[in-house]
Amino acid sequence: MSSFKIFDIAGSALSAQSVRLNTVASNLANADAVSGDPEAVYKARLPVFKAAAEPGQPDAAGVRVLGVVESQAAAEKRYEPGHPLADAEGYVYAPNVNVVEEMVNMISAARSYQSSVEVMNTAKDLALRTLQLGK
Amino acid sequence: MAQEDSLFGVHPAAMQLQRRRMELIAANIANADTPGFQARDVDFRAVLASTQQTAAAPAQTHAAHLGTAAGPAPGAEPGTVYRLPVQPAADGNTVDVQVEQAQFADAALRYQASLNFLDARIKSLLTALTGQ
Repeated sequence: MSSFKIFDIAGSALSAQSVRLNTVASNLANADAVSGDPEAVYKARLPVFKAAAEPGQPDAAGVRVLGVVESQAAAEKRYEPGHPLADAEGYVYAPNVNVVEEMVNMISAARSYQSSVEVMNTAKDLALRTLQLGK
Repeated sequence: MAQEDSLFGVHPAAMQLQRRRMELIAANIANADTPGFQARDVDFRAVLASTQQTAAAPAQTHAAHLGTAAGPAPGAEPGTVYRLPVQPAADGNTVDVQVEQAQFADAALRYQASLNFLDARIKSLLTALTGQ
């Protein structure tokens, strides 16, 4: 039993939440990247989280990013015949990124990241104090 | 589970328990956004009961001694329970981050209390040893 498992658990949360922040940044950056082809247009990316139990240690589980999936929602169809990328019927396709949803996602990810940093700080302080026993 | 130590009392066992508790709560906080994750914690009463049981059981000092049927299985972690959710999320997640942070602070405080007791004990032992 090592006392550093807390760091593994909190560290897995930090990396998972930063993957989530990365996808949010990517989605927001590409929110206005329109295309003339509904298949080729950018699709919102979403990370999939799963609890990852340590082998032989079912109690404490970190979190793992299983993968990043693309949203299956339909692209937004806009009638803009003057647009250089418009298709034969005058439509362009905007990504299925919901900016409000992404902002909420960003705040939630930042909060979860902060919580795990707090956990790590407390664990570090306690480990240091344990090392200084009797001094 | 560790028994009561003649030198340091209950504190080593208490610190082990609080550390395990902090690990579980850290896992809860890490999985605050994982769909379907159920928050867990340590049931103090169950751990206390299993510790007392171990302390009261006769010691096996020889391989041929018979085991006691009542004792917990070796290596099993007693007392891990699911937290009762107040307001579970739509995706089945039962982690309430505020509750977890409060419980983590509680566990950290108890750990520090045990640390202080141990620290004082070690210092008084050092005084006794050096006579200064």
